[in-house]
This record gives sequence, structure tokens and C-alpha cells, in this order.
Amino acid sequence: MRFAPTDDQIALADAVSDLLMRECPPDAVRGAWETPDGRVPGLWDRLVEMGVVGICAAEEHGGLGLSMLDLVGVLVETGRAAAPEPVVDVAAVAVPLLDDVGGELAGTWVPSLVSGEASAAVGLERGVGAGNAVVENAAAADVLLLGATGVSGDAEVHLVEAEAVTTTDRASVDGSRRLAEVDWEPTSATRIAGREALGVARDRGNVATAAVLVGLGAAMLERTVEYAKEREQFGKPIGSFQAVKHHLATAALGLEYARPVVDRGAYTLVYGGDTRRDSSIAMAYAAEAAHLAGRTALQVHGAIGYTVEYDLHLWMKRVWALESAWGDAAFHREQVARRVLDSSPGAQDWTDKEHA
Amino acid sequence: MDLRFSSSEDAFRAEVRAWMDGNVPASPLPSGDTAEGFAAHLDWERQLFDAGWAAVSWPEEYGGRGATLWKWLIFEEEYWRAGAPNRVNQNGLFLLAPSIFAFGTDEQKARFLPKIAASEYLFCQGWSEPNAGSDLAGITSRAVRDDAAGGWRLTGQKTWTTRGAFCNWLFGLFRTDPDQERHRGLSYFLVPLDGEGVTVRPVGRLDGDDGFAEVFLEDVVVTDDLVLGEVDQGWRVAMSTTSSERGLSLRSPGRFMAAATQLTALYREQRDAVEAGLLDPGLRDAVVRAWMDADAYRLHTFRTVTRMTDGEELGAEASFMKLFWSELDVSLHETALGLLGPEAELDVDGWMKGYQFSLAGPIYAGTNEIQRNVVAERVLGLPR
Repeated sequence: MRFAPTDDQIALADAVSDLLMRECPPDAVRGAWETPDGRVPGLWDRLVEMGVVGICAAEEHGGLGLSMLDLVGVLVETGRAAAPEPVVDVAAVAVPLLDDVGGELAGTWVPSLVSGEASAAVGLERGVGAGNAVVENAAAADVLLLGATGVSGDAEVHLVEAEAVTTTDRASVDGSRRLAEVDWEPTSATRIAGREALGVARDRGNVATAAVLVGLGAAMLERTVEYAKEREQFGKPIGSFQAVKHHLATAALGLEYARPVVDRGAYTLVYGGDTRRDSSIAMAYAAEAAHLAGRTALQVHGAIGYTVEYDLHLWMKRVWALESAWGDAAFHREQVARRVLDSSPGAQDWTDKEHA
Repeated sequence: MDLRFSSSEDAFRAEVRAWMDGNVPASPLPSGDTAEGFAAHLDWERQLFDAGWAAVSWPEEYGGRGATLWKWLIFEEEYWRAGAPNRVNQNGLFLLAPSIFAFGTDEQKARFLPKIAASEYLFCQGWSEPNAGSDLAGITSRAVRDDAAGGWRLTGQKTWTTRGAFCNWLFGLFRTDPDQERHRGLSYFLVPLDGEGVTVRPVGRLDGDDGFAEVFLEDVVVTDDLVLGEVDQGWRVAMSTTSSERGLSLRSPGRFMAAATQLTALYREQRDAVEAGLLDPGLRDAVVRAWMDADAYRLHTFRTVTRMTDGEELGAEASFMKLFWSELDVSLHETALGLLGPEAELDVDGWMKGYQFSLAGPIYAGTNEIQRNVVAERVLGLPR
């Protein structure tokens, strides 16, 4: 038993953190609201150079051949910086999904995604079975991985190239997210995987997004603590007032307990177990912890936090988008309930080796 | 990262489970916070000791098994899973003993630890006073030097002393230097309750048991060998005890895992009523939240134990643990009462009694308001 990241995993996350502090300060995130693709110019290339995009990719496809356990700490850092880059969609979902599918598809797409030559968009959650999917970066992507009820009548994963879809832009509350409705038709030719692969891809998306949410929440808490130390009212720093302390301690408590749950979600994806259960627990915790951190940050900042000149809203709005992009916390608790409450008694015995 | 137990740990779990299966009383003992129940619980404590389970993580020379923290966690999981009785000797075993290991002399370790393990010495905690609760450093009980008696004369009043009426020893803080203030000039004493000048008065508790006591001390002579740590340095020793109380040693995850498992069973029994709208439909979500919180507490503890195994000390983060388990315990019991609906007040299966006990959690070991101050000031670094 050892529940801690390895030294290499810590070093990788630290290196990404350093990069993002240089290349993705709040002004760059703010700038991404105005760029056509909602991205920080050049940042993806830097992440590609560091190997971040290919952490989970097979070495034969130009990746590092590592796993979600190596990526999860990196994702916390991209959240902390509010980096408006598709690390979750490409590095945590598209690349491992395509590697799992294997064959020519993997050989074609994984190397070009890992090298940054091609871009991918992922729409596995929203719009499945009803209406058009709303997908981030859909208009700019070379390839889209979409969930749908396909010709088999069952949930499937489809791969469609840009020329086979029509997109209609949709605005997000988070101005750096470039969303689009995607009009497309699933066919037997676009189907690349079935229900099981779709489920695993969603589970990966949940854990990865949960890690980003933990980072977003931690960044808001850290900034707010610093603000509460500096800002004076009634002749004292507001952080000396018990009402303010208690708000911040409660937000810190949520994040403190979310991180181990997210790490366990990554562990289960790598080593096996009930990935839907553990990824849903991760998402439910991280979404609530990040949301509370945002609410707390705004309240403690007061009116300055309510302005768009101040940076806080960049993080807060990302949380509002991501906390339900893969299903909200209540949806995920219901996934857990189906396993814990509706399965046969004893099926969720903590002391079973499988669930340890 | 490796979330698997070793084969030796699995074997240890099997050994604990087999013993518990063969020995845990078939029906629950009467409450350990009554005179009758306390005696029954003591018999159980001594049964545990005879089988070597009283203090598994202690070295063998003091009555333990020298088990690692991981094995101790496994023991706790199996203990609560089996529905074994509450530990009425927990103050000595889990709060005082870690401080004796850290601050005691060799003589004190040899004298006290084996007798605590054997439940011969039964300690209650002498922290709070009528005018010093959350503000522990405001205590006024004092110890006056008496060289002729070879020690100190203790005078003062301690209160909210859990199981004080049934114990034979008290550990607590007394002011040894009247010229110093607050947390300076206090000393940590081990006080025999059968000494002259000690009066113990039981106080009825919210849950109906005589679990509390007031302890009056008047010129009680305590010899020098009963000071734990250095004279006037008692605050430091006391903080190590409170860290144990807030964190790992008092409330291991096994307890909440067992309670959450019982809650899921209760939900299954009441599911039809929930789905029919006879009970709050939100209870389904509340049950799964409680289960997830117990799961998260377990994982967080795994992380903490990994850090302790690496040589780190459990500091102010113990306040995170105390906040989390105490709030989890209340919401878990409130959810159970919701599932019982109008049957809750009949308290057929102990959930109402458990609820009342859980309500003490956010108060003892430092109120949760104090814990939030500790998190804010010592973890987040906010100004005092």
C-alpha cells in the first residue's frame, strides 16, 4: 500500500506548473477569450514538446507510454492555471481511446495528435441519442470522436473527420470555450468502438476533468487566501475575521478530500476495478469542491471579485462549465448509487481485494 | 501508487476476521457509558487483551503486536465490520498512550503502558474546566509544589469528563507556574482518582447515560513521577494528545465504513417507502453521499498513513480529519433517522442513540469552529 505519487510524477507536474506560470499567466487566459480558437497562442506546442499530450500514448505512436496516474497531477496543474487547452479531450480521452482501438486508426491519428499536427474534439456525453452534440473545439478539429446510438441501436463511439460534419457555433459562459453544435450522421463506416469503449472513454474524461476541477478550485482558494491576508477593513486584514476564516477552511476541506478521490479514480482506470463508480465519485467530489471554492472566493473578495477586470471570473466560469460538462454531481452520485445501493448486498465490501 | 495490501496484510486481516467472528458478542452490550455497561465492556477489553488485540500497533513488550499502521487500519476495519463493542478504554489506549510513547520516561512507559493495554489503568481526560472549554489555555486548576511530599498538590475542577465516574486515573493539565500565562507554565499530570481529596460526580448526558463527570480536586498529592514530559511544558504534551484525538488514532475509517454499510442496508429495507414518496426521495442521495464520504475518509487516511510511513508528522491536518469525520458522522445518522421516519423515536436498533452520540463529535476534541480556526491559521496561513 502506498497512496502517493512517485517522485517522477511529482517532477512532471512541477515542470508543467513552471511552464504554465511562464506561458499561461491570467492575462494569457484572458487573451484567449478574444482569440478565434479560444487558445493561448503557442501553448499547445510547448505542451507537445514536454510530452504532455502523449503521456498516455503508446511509445510506438510517439507517446511516453505512461498512464492516467502520470497525467492526473499534470491535469491538476492545467486547472490551476486555467489553461484553455484541450488536454482532457486530447491527452486523456482521444489518445488512449484511439490507442485502445488500435490498428490503422491508431497508427494514423495518435502520432499526429501527439505531435500536435492534428487536433481532436470529443463529444461523448452531451446530446447522445437526442439532438445534436455540443462539442468544445468542434469547428477547429481535424477529427471528432462522438458518442451516439448508432446503427446497432446501442451506444457506440464514432470517428468523423471535419469535412463530414456541419458545425454551428454556440457561446459558453466561459469565453475561452469554443463550443459548437455538430450536425452529423452515424454510419457503420464511422463506428470505431462499442458501448464498453465509450464507457471507459467517459470514465477517463470524468477523472481527467475532476483533476482539472481540483486545480481550478485550489487556485481560487490560494488567490483568495492571499487576498484575505492583504485586504484590510476595520483596520485589520479580513483574513483575521473568524467568519472569513471559516468560509475558507470549509472550502479547503472540500478540496483536501477531493484530491485522494481523484487520484484513486486514476488508479482504478490503470489497475482495474469499477471504473464507472470510482470516476463518478471523483467527479462528484471535485465538482462540488471546485464549485464551493468559487462561491467562497467570490464572497471573500466581495465586489472586486464581481468585476470582469479582476481575474477571478476566469477560473469561476471554467468551473461552471466543467462541473456539468460530463454530467453534474447529482448524476454521478446516482451512478454510484446504482452500484452501491441497487447491487446485491455485500457487492461493495470495502475489504474485498478488488475494491481495496 | 499501489492500493493493494500485501499478502502478509491480507493474512493478518483473515486472522483478525476469524477471531472476531468467533468472539464478538452476538448481541450488543449495554451502553459502556453506564455502570453496568462499563463493566461488561471491561470484560470485553480484557478478552481482547488476553488474545493480543488490545493495542495491536504497540511494541510487544508493552502488550501489543508491533503491527504497522497499515495493519492497525486493517484491524480497525475488521473490528468495526464485525460489530464489536465500543472501546471504553479508548482514552488510555488511543489518546494518552501515544503521548506516553512520545514524552514518557522509560519508567513511565514500563509502568503505565502494559496496565493501560490490560485495562487495569482506566484513564479519563481532564482538559475542560467550567470556565475553560474551547479556550483550553484558560484553565485555572493549579499544582503547588510540595517538596516534603515529593511532588505537587493539585486543586481545581475538571468537567465533561467522559466516563470519569468509572475510571481510576485521570490525565490532565494543571498550572505549575502561577507567574506565567496561557499555554506557558502548565504541566501534564497523571492523577490516581482513588487519592485523598478527589471527588467525582456523575453528570447525565444528552443521550441519557451517566457518561459525563465533574472531577473536584482539593490538595491532591501527586508525586513527581506522575508528570508526563517536563514541568511547565505540558501544553506541548497536551497538543500531541489532542492531535491523536482529532485525527487518526481515535477515529479510524473502519468505524465509518461499517456505519455506512449499515446505512445502505437500512436503505434497502426502506427503499419501497422512499420510492413511494412516503419518505423523503432525497434520502437516496443522502445515503450515497454518506457512503462516498466514508470512502473518501478511508482514501484520505491512506494518504495520511503513507506520509506518516515516510516519516512525516501529523500536524494541523488532523483538524481536517476531525472536521470531516464528525460532520460525516452527524449526516450519516441524520440520514438513518430520515429512513426510519416515525420509527426513529422508538430507537429499536440504536440509530437514535448513535445520532445523539454523533452530535457530540463537532463539540469534543475542540469544537469544529476551533478546528476551522486551526485550518485557517496553520494550514492556510491566515493571520490570527
